[in-house]
Amino acid sequence: MRTIIYLAIGIFFGIVLFKSEAASWFRIYEMFQFGSFHMYGIIGSAVGLGIIGIQLIKRRKIKSFSGDEIIITPKEKSFSRYIFGGIIFGLGWALAGACPGPMFVLAGAGYFPILIVIAASILGTFLYGLLKDKLPH
Amino acid sequence: MNWIYEPWPWYVSGPLITFVMFLLLMVGKKFGMSSNLRTICTICGAGKTTSFFRFDWKAQQWNLVVVLGVIIGGFIAENYLSNDTVVDLNPTVVTDLQSKGFTNAGDAYMPDMLFSKDVFDDPKALVILMIGGLLVGFGARYAGGCTSGHAISGLSDLQLPSLIAVVGFFIGGLVMIHIIFPLIF
Repeated sequence: MRTIIYLAIGIFFGIVLFKSEAASWFRIYEMFQFGSFHMYGIIGSAVGLGIIGIQLIKRRKIKSFSGDEIIITPKEKSFSRYIFGGIIFGLGWALAGACPGPMFVLAGAGYFPILIVIAASILGTFLYGLLKDKLPH
Repeated sequence: MNWIYEPWPWYVSGPLITFVMFLLLMVGKKFGMSSNLRTICTICGAGKTTSFFRFDWKAQQWNLVVVLGVIIGGFIAENYLSNDTVVDLNPTVVTDLQSKGFTNAGDAYMPDMLFSKDVFDDPKALVILMIGGLLVGFGARYAGGCTSGHAISGLSDLQLPSLIAVVGFFIGGLVMIHIIFPLIF
């Protein structure tokens, strides 16, 4: 049953990413060219509503569907890992035009060269695991 | 109901992404796509090489199911929920892209130059896709999250680390598009 719920959430998310055009390589390029409000509108409205919702969860102590407390773990404090990791991610995001959600949307939509991006991103994750202790965090 | 078959405007899409994040919180999980890449490494046996991949991947199985759903969602949206998938880009951006050789900018969802079936015979395109993927995977894990984990979830929770990461995403993206792109296209 829970598996079906996760699958349904994923299907819905995949449809939203495709129909919003957030999975389009062109939209990512256009965003970094400041050519349209579209992507900023998506991220901005998602975050704006997200801030309100998370504040409500915290202040009203809203419970999950199963009645448990919703715990949102704060990110560990650091500067270098976020800025360096972020810049590396951004370089790839703009080049491949896809981040880790849309990659899988595009695979499903039949743009098969994205499989190379997915395979390389798995390899990139592996390389990070190998080099982790040598990098500033 | 015809609007479903058209591209969805930002003010529909953004709130729906937030809805996905809240659904995941309400079922006791969290919204983050790139951690699946680490899980896949572990399943492939990366734990033998580095401790970073030694964790109980079965606890992350739910997220792989979400990914499977995302793939199915992409299939459904492309094949059953779209009249056409042309992205209506800013005309200035279209001209700029066409001058760089992206001839189907303004006429399609994805550039043929990087995503048509012919790229499997095009070494330059293959290298670009590989480098792009490597950077995304490496950077996401280094930063501890991607667009979903940092830009949406982290910023929604007013996390300073996520703001730093998102600033990084934009520095990287702007450098790629404005400095590196003119050198490669």
